Amino acid sequence: MKKGTEEMTEASPTLLTGAEALVESLERVGVEVIFGIPGGAILPAYDPLGQSKLIRHILVRHEQGAGHAAEGYAMATGKVGVCMATSGPGATNLVTAIADAYMDSVPVVAITGQVGSASIGTDAFQEADIRGITFPITKHSFLITRAEDIPAAIQAAFHLAKTGRPGPVLVDIAKDALVNKAPFIWPEQIDLPGYHPVTKPHARQIREAARLISEAERPVLYVGGGVIKAGASSELAELVKVTGIPVVTTLMARGAIPDSHELNMGMPGMHGTVAAVGALQRADLLIALGTRFDDRVTGRLDTFAPGAKVVHADIDPAEISKNRLADVPIVGDVKEVIAELNGVLRGADLPDYTPWKRFLTSLKTRYQIGLEPTHEGMLSPEYVIKRIGELVGPDAYYAAGVGQHQMWAAHLLPFEKPGRWLNSGGAGTMGYCVPAAMGAQVGSPDSQVWGIDGDGCFQMTNQELVTCALEGIPIKIAVINNQSLGMVRQWQTLFYGQRYSNTDLKTHRVPDFPMLAPGDGSRGATRRDAGGGRRRDQTGDRDHRPSGGGRVCGAQGRHGLADGRRRHQ
Amino acid sequence: MNTHTLSVLVENKPGVLARISGLFARRGYNIESLAVGPTEREELSRITLQVSVDDQQVLEQITKQLNKLIEVLKIVELEDSAVRRELVLIKLRADPTTRNQIIEIVQLFRGKTVDVHNDSLTIEATGSPDKLDALLEMLKPYGVRELVQSGLVALGRGSKSLTDRPKHDKVRLAPQSN
Repeated sequence: MKKGTEEMTEASPTLLTGAEALVESLERVGVEVIFGIPGGAILPAYDPLGQSKLIRHILVRHEQGAGHAAEGYAMATGKVGVCMATSGPGATNLVTAIADAYMDSVPVVAITGQVGSASIGTDAFQEADIRGITFPITKHSFLITRAEDIPAAIQAAFHLAKTGRPGPVLVDIAKDALVNKAPFIWPEQIDLPGYHPVTKPHARQIREAARLISEAERPVLYVGGGVIKAGASSELAELVKVTGIPVVTTLMARGAIPDSHELNMGMPGMHGTVAAVGALQRADLLIALGTRFDDRVTGRLDTFAPGAKVVHADIDPAEISKNRLADVPIVGDVKEVIAELNGVLRGADLPDYTPWKRFLTSLKTRYQIGLEPTHEGMLSPEYVIKRIGELVGPDAYYAAGVGQHQMWAAHLLPFEKPGRWLNSGGAGTMGYCVPAAMGAQVGSPDSQVWGIDGDGCFQMTNQELVTCALEGIPIKIAVINNQSLGMVRQWQTLFYGQRYSNTDLKTHRVPDFPMLAPGDGSRGATRRDAGGGRRRDQTGDRDHRPSGGGRVCGAQGRHGLADGRRRHQ
Repeated sequence: MNTHTLSVLVENKPGVLARISGLFARRGYNIESLAVGPTEREELSRITLQVSVDDQQVLEQITKQLNKLIEVLKIVELEDSAVRRELVLIKLRADPTTRNQIIEIVQLFRGKTVDVHNDSLTIEATGSPDKLDALLEMLKPYGVRELVQSGLVALGRGSKSLTDRPKHDKVRLAPQSN
């Protein structure tokens, strides 16, 4: 925007329209990218937004894509992702992505247009009470009906989204608030009297945790996505080094400590490794860090880790003792918590955990995921995912959809660095992959971004490849095509007498994914056998250029289902 | 099931009550009674909630979840000794033969007659839930035509107040996790 900062803080503030104030406020909080689609109620905002020199707007093809792209951007950059939509259906299309961000604690601000304030409550054209609709899935929300309230709301929204336990914040702005003029006043401080997240852990609780650690024989570090969000990986590495305690990393925490680390037992839970599940079940102490005892990790709570005491550290007090009673609750930023633990435990006289470590290491060696390249002449999905990881390497960002391919990816990609893994954990949102990969690529333009998607998921949001093609966002998507809603089918195999009701997607007939890609301005290729894999992936590498569109690789293998089942036995 | 009284201090903004009632609905907590009103400070409202829970852990979870709402400033679980009051308005069938008997009962409970008609009588009474239950028992035989009751409001005893300390952390008497 044209108005200088100095001018703004002077005695007589500049008169701006609400729309101009919105863009000015977004620039002030450091927004660089917005994913969105204009429409009637939000249209006034798009006028000054189109003239902003600091903010790039990426026109997506569906608002859900805008929401997931904002999540992907946030995950890759650690900044707040921003999405924008108009009132009514525009706003409701954001709902799935907002819910996703809420479940996975992703800092996102959603800005929606609302009908004029005089029309609110009259069932006006494209009116939806989006604030009411999103009450249960936002950290907080604002309904703004006066232009002068816009700067403070934007300032507060960004503060709320990124501090404490991160999460989505919605700012719904009535059309007349965007059109009317008001003096632009940037608040000197954020006025949120009821919001004071505790980041510094209580020293007594840290000492108490250290005491339990020094008394344990079979302790496990149960590490969740909070460790990634808090940027606490180096502290965690230090904790593991200081104590020699084995680690399990949940779906949201893959990469928090390198998979190559001998003490990393992998992912626990329903789809977890034997070593990780064994570690939790046999432990006498769980040191739960930035994690929430999700049912996909614990299964039945009364049989979960039956012999373990629990130290539970989280920035959200409501997560502590929600599902499992904590013996030592610690409220705080997990980065500070681990640093304090390191301070107390460094040089402390700790028990010899060698027999425990030996037991878990033997589980880890004995039970590995089967990796034959082909099965009955078809490519095995595990092999394809593993191979992509080997060729692309641990510096790339990987996004996944939801289902079997997600679980294989969670086990087999090279998780050596934190924050490289994007997926929908809590909400389990099919369709997350393509737009999230797009957002990550925008946030980290010089990195490789790969999406590992399923044939079902891909069909939910693949229209964002068009956005990628037009905006020069060179993501690569590998569609792991098992021609069905694989994980649902797996459940039908296990629990519904192999009656496959409505899980056959018939993707062997349509769509032809590699044919679909050129139509979307991308390139596509199919692999059915292991032979050409390397050549294909190298081609993928060359496609990394800013002008390129997306790339779709279809890997066909019907027998992924059987593989998935085998892994659990 | 145990009943607990929570006094919740909130910012006086549109939508706060919807957030609180929505939280109770979606997390499956039981509200027995709810009363909202202004406080001595214009920008604040006070919500008195009666909740029934199976165990202390659920109560703790309720207070923690309420605390996460940005517009909630403080939550205090009121002790048993707190002053608790409800207000009830009761419209009774009353003819000249029963009218004086009813008025006598109402006076015993320090209630008031607020409206008289040929065949009806409306009375007002305040008090603890127990007292109002007892009053109602006495009046039932005369024929209750209509009854309306407020949610419970309550204040802790002693000189301390919920609103006079602009503290930076949200206070709660329910067991703290840290």
